[in-house]
Amino acid sequence: MELLNDYLRDHAEGDLLPWRCQVEAADRFHLSLAQVEEAILEMGLLPARYQRNRQCISTGQQLQLFRSRVAVIGCGGLGGYVIEELARLGVGELIAIDPDVFVEHNLNRQLFASPSSLGCVKVEVANKRVEQINPAVTLIPLRQALTRTNGRDMLNNAHVAVDALDSVAARLDLAEVCEELAIPLVHGAIGGWYGQVATQFPGERVLQKIFANRENGQGAEKQLGNPSFTPAVVASLEVAEVCKILLGVGSLLRNRKLTLDLLNMEIEEIPFLQSGGEET
Amino acid sequence: MKITVKLFASFRAGRIPIETREYPAGTTVGDIVTEQKIPVAELGIILVNSRHVAIDRELADGDTLAIFPLLGGG
Repeated sequence: MELLNDYLRDHAEGDLLPWRCQVEAADRFHLSLAQVEEAILEMGLLPARYQRNRQCISTGQQLQLFRSRVAVIGCGGLGGYVIEELARLGVGELIAIDPDVFVEHNLNRQLFASPSSLGCVKVEVANKRVEQINPAVTLIPLRQALTRTNGRDMLNNAHVAVDALDSVAARLDLAEVCEELAIPLVHGAIGGWYGQVATQFPGERVLQKIFANRENGQGAEKQLGNPSFTPAVVASLEVAEVCKILLGVGSLLRNRKLTLDLLNMEIEEIPFLQSGGEET
Repeated sequence: MKITVKLFASFRAGRIPIETREYPAGTTVGDIVTEQKIPVAELGIILVNSRHVAIDRELADGDTLAIFPLLGGG
């Protein structure tokens, strides 16, 4: 470890450690890129790939992100962008959960869908993409639908769960699993030009209120479909919430839901009071 | 009694987004949903004066009713 630290100190440019040196250190000391990344950050140095994070995120916070584990449930429209952004942000471990393979109607919006990935398992494609864009990030691909029974094991030790699902019933299952495991949950949903985002901590049950008695409801997306830009917007808002939860900064969308109308460019904030004020 | 009805997102298509007008006493949220030809299965959040209510809620003079569609896509 001493030798590794010497190597890193010798090869730092200012407080930045260039990628090629991170790769060389991993090779020379028989370590993973993730192990080298942690050593760099622990020394108060910054992998140079994160230098444009720095106006928002300090080196100490970058280490906090590296030591974080985020579960992304659903790897479609929202999940693709969420995984891409979390990996570029430098979150150290991602759990990607989705039972599906890419099909042609995913191509209009799902970031990891391409003609060559048709028929391929979504979580495996996500894993390959993350290996390409940030090999220091570990992705755990779980090709399974999350249920109330298997969810406990799947979300094990996650610091935050991100809702990138595509049905009301699945979201309610996820909300219950997060409640049981005491994991904060960032909710996002889309349909046509419209989207919504909310964050809930254990005990708040906002998602359960949003979807109360709506298990068999018909989401607007069934008629309106989903164009390319709506998932990108909503996923980015979700990732901003995740980043703030992991770092303990800023103001979260707790006890309120943001509703976005991209057709008219209007944003509404809907309050969910914790006591009183609600009749449903 | 005067009620303001605000429709959001996809419910605006082919309907008046915001309108204040007279309704008979005893009008419920469900009556307005039916009048607006909004399918119940597509209903998301319903607010009266910024508070969450159920579809059977009876409205009072001066109430503002806001109706949002259900969103479930990802």
